[in-house]
Amino acid sequence: MVRTKRILSVLTAGLILTAAISGCGGSKGSSDTIKLGGNLEMTGGSASYGISSRNGIELALREVNAKGGVNGKKVTLVVADNKSEATEATNAMQKLISQDKVVGVIGPNLSSAVIASTAVSSAARTADISPMGTNPKVTVDDHGKVKPYNFRACFIDPFQGTVMADFALNTLKVRRAAIMIDNSSDYAKGLAQFFREKFEAGGGTIVGEEMYLQKDTDFKATLTKLRDANPDFLYIPGYYQEVGLIIRQAKELGLNVAMAGGDGWDSQKLAEIALPENLNNCYFSSLYSPDDTSKLNKEFVESYQKEYKQKPDVFAALAYDSAKLFIKAMEDAKSADPGKIAEALAQVSGFTGVSGSIKFDGSHNPIKAAVIIELKNGRQTFRTKVNP
Amino acid sequence: MNSLVKADIRKLGIAAVLFAAIYGMLETEIIGAFWELNLVLIMINIILATSLNMINGYTGQFSIGHAGFFAIGAYMGAIMTVKLGYDMPVALIVGTISAGIVGFLVGLPTLRLNGDYLAIATLGLGEIIRICILNIEYVGGASGLMGIPRLTTFPMAFWIMVAILFFIKNFKNSAYGRACLAIRENEIAADTMGIDTTRYKVMAFTLGASFAGTAGVLFSHYFFIAHPASFTFMRSFDILTMVVLGGLGSMTGSVTGAIVLTFISAALSDFPEWRMLIYSVAMIVLMLYRPQGLFGDKELSLQMIRSLKMGGKKNDD
Repeated sequence: MVRTKRILSVLTAGLILTAAISGCGGSKGSSDTIKLGGNLEMTGGSASYGISSRNGIELALREVNAKGGVNGKKVTLVVADNKSEATEATNAMQKLISQDKVVGVIGPNLSSAVIASTAVSSAARTADISPMGTNPKVTVDDHGKVKPYNFRACFIDPFQGTVMADFALNTLKVRRAAIMIDNSSDYAKGLAQFFREKFEAGGGTIVGEEMYLQKDTDFKATLTKLRDANPDFLYIPGYYQEVGLIIRQAKELGLNVAMAGGDGWDSQKLAEIALPENLNNCYFSSLYSPDDTSKLNKEFVESYQKEYKQKPDVFAALAYDSAKLFIKAMEDAKSADPGKIAEALAQVSGFTGVSGSIKFDGSHNPIKAAVIIELKNGRQTFRTKVNP
Repeated sequence: MNSLVKADIRKLGIAAVLFAAIYGMLETEIIGAFWELNLVLIMINIILATSLNMINGYTGQFSIGHAGFFAIGAYMGAIMTVKLGYDMPVALIVGTISAGIVGFLVGLPTLRLNGDYLAIATLGLGEIIRICILNIEYVGGASGLMGIPRLTTFPMAFWIMVAILFFIKNFKNSAYGRACLAIRENEIAADTMGIDTTRYKVMAFTLGASFAGTAGVLFSHYFFIAHPASFTFMRSFDILTMVVLGGLGSMTGSVTGAIVLTFISAALSDFPEWRMLIYSVAMIVLMLYRPQGLFGDKELSLQMIRSLKMGGKKNDD
């Protein structure tokens, strides 16, 4: 008993000591580097988003540093984990700004996490670019006023729903759509709402609409109900975890119609969950496709693949663009002062990233094109590009 | 003046000194904004852990739905300040009372269950509360209730925590608390001795739920948002972990558990991939070598330290 007690106390002491040392180390930022923060989903339900984003940012900064950095200084990335959760994102944002003294923050990707954490970054007058926060309120407050320090690299939800409705009506020529909505996500609700409006306005009918919740695993009852309504198109604007199961179970039930969703589908995991043979005649709207044929994108995909042994996804691409936007703003402002960076960001012009050219409108939303990606045996292929 | 009151005053003095020390460090910015945030988080977690300890540790009723009451406090408080425009004290009172009322209402039927059945019922209850909130558009539904002003301050969180700790400490030593302990030790025996077991179980449950509500109000008014994803059963388990780590039935144990776990989580934020691993390994090691928690059901006091010096045999089972 005495021995185990000793082992235990040594272990506990060691644990607390490592924690104390790593925690109180604080930031000793030397003046020849500029620190950029990444408030990312490194653990939790959306961990794959955060990890891709980190890879994208690191790649961008490596390229910049190889060319001598920005304004003669090297740029480094400090990542803080927000555990895919809104309050933890606030915590991470506070850490990046007050502990690490970053000049700007990239992330989070989840809208709710951005909205909560930007209260901290706004108070500290530090600019924040969310690569994938698509909720309108990410850049606009409750009273409709633009938040001066918040930007995003993606377009907002309504646009995706509208684009998909157009694509379904005009390219796929479907008229009877069913919708499965993730009721625990306002992202899914937003997409569904705009899809419904555009689809009905274009002459289509919504034959059925069902709700589910995140972490649900059995959708057979609702899918059977939808199948009986005889749709020729199924719109599932959710996240890959549940969407994968829905597609798989739909095919098992013999619901062989075209299926589509939003950028929440964009994960390597989708094919693992849904099984590749089920992913045919499936489409999703996205901000980015690695198969995009622009020269800039080809170079990006090549170096990303060399570095990380996989194709970049939309989170990697948009985080890459976000980092490049910060660099551009620092060059324009000729300064690494957080306030000046924010000002320069709002006026960025002539910027072209791997996801296309980006320019911010009055609400700090970028004006850019959307892509439709088709899944063939689980593989993503670039189908078409839709301009605003 | 009797000795208990004297001891209380001495403890209050220690709390005041501690407060002055931390507050001084905050004012002179020795402790930065990040650690201030985590200090407040620690206090909120202490309130949650000690209040759950009242139910799980003192009364022996295995409840794992604490996040539900936490959520009710967070949302009710936010409704008071954001939607209805009241001040923080009103929010605190309403948040506390409404969580208490819900605790009372669900405690009455569910506390007739025991053991695993009660655990499942409370787990379900926590999820029901969260899913209800998720579907109420008035409080923002899935997007959460946003635009909450930061009204929680360090002194406010500190003194509310101290008040709750004193309440819980004295509750344990009161006739009510003794009745709860008796129920934990042997419910049939307690019943035979004339203790109204349902009454005391519901009392502990209601009080525990109310304090979780208080913590909720502090929480939502510090983090700007009340979001359903913050109140999943994982939060309940986090709180339970703090209680079990410190030792079921020990208030100082719960306090230590809350401090240690919140601190580890914050300090390891530079190594997100390692954080969960270290956290889990710490739990496994603890359960292997000290299943009763750090303190067992003992309280940390001078007496305990003295008995450890004598050889520590008394605390080992």
